[in-house]
Amino acid sequence: MPRFDLATVPLRELNAALHALAPTTNETHWAVANPGGKHAIACGVDAPVTIDVDGHVGYYCGGMNKHATIVVAGNAGVGVAENMMSGEVHVRGDASQAAGATGCGGLLVIDGNASARCGISMKGIDIVVKGSIGPMSAFMAQAGNLVVLGDAGDALGDSIYEARLFVRGSVASLGADCVEKPMSAEDKAVLQDVLKRAQLEQSVEAGAFKMFGSARGLYHFHVDNVDAY
Amino acid sequence: MCGIVGLFLKQTQLEPELGALLSEMLVVMSDRGPDSAGFAIYGDGQRGQLKLTVSGANEAMLAEAITDLGHALGETPASVLRDTHAVISIAARDEQQAREWIAARNDLSFVGAGARMELYKEVGLPAQVARRFGLAGMSGSHGIGHTRMATESAVTTRGAHPFSTGLDQCLVHNGSLSNHNGVRRVLQREGMTFETENDTEVAAGYLSWKIREGATLKEALTHSLADLDGFYTFVVGTETGFAVLRDPISCKPAVMAETDAYVAFGSEYRALAALPGVAKAHIFEPKPATVYAWERH
Repeated sequence: MPRFDLATVPLRELNAALHALAPTTNETHWAVANPGGKHAIACGVDAPVTIDVDGHVGYYCGGMNKHATIVVAGNAGVGVAENMMSGEVHVRGDASQAAGATGCGGLLVIDGNASARCGISMKGIDIVVKGSIGPMSAFMAQAGNLVVLGDAGDALGDSIYEARLFVRGSVASLGADCVEKPMSAEDKAVLQDVLKRAQLEQSVEAGAFKMFGSARGLYHFHVDNVDAY
Repeated sequence: MCGIVGLFLKQTQLEPELGALLSEMLVVMSDRGPDSAGFAIYGDGQRGQLKLTVSGANEAMLAEAITDLGHALGETPASVLRDTHAVISIAARDEQQAREWIAARNDLSFVGAGARMELYKEVGLPAQVARRFGLAGMSGSHGIGHTRMATESAVTTRGAHPFSTGLDQCLVHNGSLSNHNGVRRVLQREGMTFETENDTEVAAGYLSWKIREGATLKEALTHSLADLDGFYTFVVGTETGFAVLRDPISCKPAVMAETDAYVAFGSEYRALAALPGVAKAHIFEPKPATVYAWERH
């Protein structure tokens, strides 16, 4: 198993080695020690490998991830799994702002809390936060599912296009054009599938969640608002 | 961009290491602010005495100036020379006279004053600034540092952070204020004076004004949420206190670590990564529009 100690090896060596991997590589398990909050750890990986990071990471860890499974045994800085395409990023601690921002696919699991703007502009990613999320989360969300076992901060789903927001706890306030919606059988099946992929189907009941989404009132210009321009 | 670091010790054991810890934190934040750096250290103080930090061209010139100040005050004050800065200890009753004397000299700049606060700032890479002033060898109860990437005003020593506009008060800022000119005019009518055109100095002056009017540090910061417009993460020091405030949308990053021994602030976690016991610290991000304040008595 390749091991990189970032206290002694430059981060670029790690990322270059990961970028060089072919999809059929036999080096499927990587270990990273002493991440020390460094930025852009394991960004842009495009191979079905598992990368274990033993400690706290800085900004954009696992950004643009495709196919890889990245496990962070600590906290993650701003923009963890930003623009993820597929694969999985699992943060065992807390995540900073903009976790999963603009993500197009894959699964982001955060065992702790996520702070402000979690899932901002999400475009198909599935995000599971076992704790709570901060204010302005799912701002301008377009597609995908955000599942929160705890509470959501202010202005959840502001200016949301689409995407499903499932919250089990309380919601401090909803942003513009975000409303609670009845959960259809299809929505519930989607939620159950995300919970299953996060290995929570045994412990978490899908019926305990409320679902929020777009009222679609901002989709089209409304002539009554002409004075605002 | 800009980087902020702060370390507030809750117990005395780490006090001899304050400068070394803060220095390491500051240097890690170099790529957030490589054009200038500064720091305030709250060290020893003596009752009835005041420490004035001034800056000048070099140590020789500062030594001569301090001798001249001694003639004006009647006795040569104790002083510590550190590169372009000098910390001069005077009797508190001589403060006004000393300030006027400094203001009249165009080869000296007043940097800050307080019973315990010393304040150093200079252009250049943070590691160079820390080394020139000997930060790693300093001790104290708390300290605040800043690495600057200038956006709002020029890259000069006077434009570097921290800013101090009241005794033992200092403030560092990551962000930019949009209504600082208007607030500065209001504060000038209230008798506050400013050394620069810098937006951060206005924030510092605003807090000093509120504290002068009777507010606690926490109350002053709460008022600033209504009166200061823009992006900011502020870290503020007073003689015995340490406070943090982020703007209502938490535009600028902030992460904190708290243990039984200290409260630490970093713009990014990696600034905190080398602190003793940080692996078991309570790590959290300050909430937007929420004042966090610590006091030590």
